[in-house]
Amino acid sequence: MSRKISIKQAINEALDQEMARDPAVICMGEDIVGGTGADGEKDAWGGVLGVTKGLYAKYGDRLMDTPLSESAYIGAAIGAAACGMRPVAELMFIDFMGVCFDQIYNQAAKFRYMFGGKAETPVVIRAMVGAGFRAAAQHSQMLTPLFTHIPGLKVVCPSTPYDTKGLLIQAIRDNDPVIFCEHKALYGIEGEVPEGSYTIPLGEANVVREGKHCSIVTYGLMVHRSLEAAATLAKEGVEVEIVDLRSLSPLDMDTVLDSVTKTSRLVCVDEASPRCNIATDISAQVAMNAFSALKAQIEMVTPPHTPVPFSPALEDLYIPSAAQIAAAVRKTVKGGKA
Amino acid sequence: MTNPFPLSKEELLECYRTMRTIREFEERLHVDFSRGDIPGFVHLYAGEEAAATGIMKHLNSGDRIASTHRGHGHCISKGVDVVAMMKEIYGKKGGTGNGKGGSMHIADLSMGMMGANGILGAGAPLICGAALAAKFRNQGEVAISFVGDGASNQGTFLESLNLAAVWNLPALFVVENNGYAESTARDYATAVDSYVDRAAGFGMPGITVDGTDFFAVYEAAGEIVQRAREGGGPSLLECKMVRFYGHFEGDAQTYRATGELDDIRANHDCLKKFGAQVSAAGVISAAELQAIDQQVLAAIENAVKEAKAAPLPTLADLTTDVYVSY
Repeated sequence: MSRKISIKQAINEALDQEMARDPAVICMGEDIVGGTGADGEKDAWGGVLGVTKGLYAKYGDRLMDTPLSESAYIGAAIGAAACGMRPVAELMFIDFMGVCFDQIYNQAAKFRYMFGGKAETPVVIRAMVGAGFRAAAQHSQMLTPLFTHIPGLKVVCPSTPYDTKGLLIQAIRDNDPVIFCEHKALYGIEGEVPEGSYTIPLGEANVVREGKHCSIVTYGLMVHRSLEAAATLAKEGVEVEIVDLRSLSPLDMDTVLDSVTKTSRLVCVDEASPRCNIATDISAQVAMNAFSALKAQIEMVTPPHTPVPFSPALEDLYIPSAAQIAAAVRKTVKGGKA
Repeated sequence: MTNPFPLSKEELLECYRTMRTIREFEERLHVDFSRGDIPGFVHLYAGEEAAATGIMKHLNSGDRIASTHRGHGHCISKGVDVVAMMKEIYGKKGGTGNGKGGSMHIADLSMGMMGANGILGAGAPLICGAALAAKFRNQGEVAISFVGDGASNQGTFLESLNLAAVWNLPALFVVENNGYAESTARDYATAVDSYVDRAAGFGMPGITVDGTDFFAVYEAAGEIVQRAREGGGPSLLECKMVRFYGHFEGDAQTYRATGELDDIRANHDCLKKFGAQVSAAGVISAAELQAIDQQVLAAIENAVKEAKAAPLPTLADLTTDVYVSY
């Protein structure tokens, strides 16, 4: 049975079903229960935005509120993973990764390799990414490229409730550390999601719209902005194909290259800062592996190379818009060879 | 004569063998490193053997430890195979990490040894996780984080003390205080004189012992391990000890006082102390200790021989044991 639920509900449902299935799955994070040790309501918050609300009643101490000590508890999740548990740690905002980055990129990411393949670290670190919440420079970043840069980490950033549930369940079952990026501006969007458990493999992109004139390769919130742009462009007779990467590491370049080979034009859209991001990486790989298929220059749409501003007037200018994406498509469609 | 020690003669001989194995392993690495046989960074545990051995004597393979950059002694006393260790340090296939980790990342999770670590203080959060896993398993396992006096000032270590106390974890924190953080004196770099005071600041018991006295370490560790196994929560143990070599191999140690190293070797050698204690009590003869010394020397010689003969990893090994996307 399928019904419409939000991304927030999809995350809750994935955690619920995996905790029910596997007693090794535990959750920890700041306020993921809320009110621990206080005299009022238990499960008072269920996460800062209520994503884990209700799970405490079912699983009790398998959900743990933590002190505000990101290095200690993210490290504890990693250590527990190396000792047979399947922890899901919530870091609230990905911007806080700086506090505990060593545990992620020097410890979790490297155990399997450094220890000659004799260690597994099945930990999922969930964190909110992205702008649009008027949350300013330290609570709004799209830091996905920091993690795709690190060998040993897997990085996921879904755009729909269906993908969120299937990818989170897969991430929990994966034996490598997974950074699971949840776009806070998408928490409320609804979509069809099966009630039962299912998985989506990491490293499989999804063609969310077919078209023949230009490929847009993107992920997260930008999938939705690209769909808006595609609707506008369709009225102009330009049919855009949109590839939602879903997983950023592993990265499904096959689907990207197939699409570019079909459309001969490429626009990469990325909410991350413009230098050394997912868009530049995709562009480089397409230029290297499908240069002859391209009929025009590759275009990129990203925010400016600035911190995320607070003022709504500025933040709206910062986040790539459907209009900017449409303009980039028009530019490459007009450019190059016929 | 009756045995005045808390361990049987067989156990005492086993502990001596462990300490002597660590000593000879490190002495040999010192020589081989200076010859240029060993790549990379090597940090030796020589002089500190009583701490690792006295603590690990209380552990089983289900108990877990996270080590420091100075990890060989923790490995050996936790039961990691010496030949596989030597191969690892030589960068060879068949090493504990098939040559991918080296001295600084030497590990054997099957023995509960969660790795030496190139990041100081990084093992403390990991050990909170190991202790948490033990708590869920509920089989009385414990987990121990080792740090030097230097890393005892890392935020990760301090956060972990608090987390372990808050969650009442079966986690133990051992500060191996050898007086130096690399070249910087402990007393300069650490504001508090007593680690017992620091433990109190985190609401947990703290004990300070002479880390060159095997029996002092053994007794103190026994108490805190037992408490943790029984659900009594974390403790901190400071072992005051000495480092026979520099921070790393190649360290000229000009920061030491004149005669300091001679004094350490002459008067603070934990193996000499142990030998004197068991001999004076008439429990173990000097000849019995010497027999072990000879056996250990032969075992280390064999480990080096095997390490030198082991194959090097190849291009095919470069991209295994990690997800490689492109």
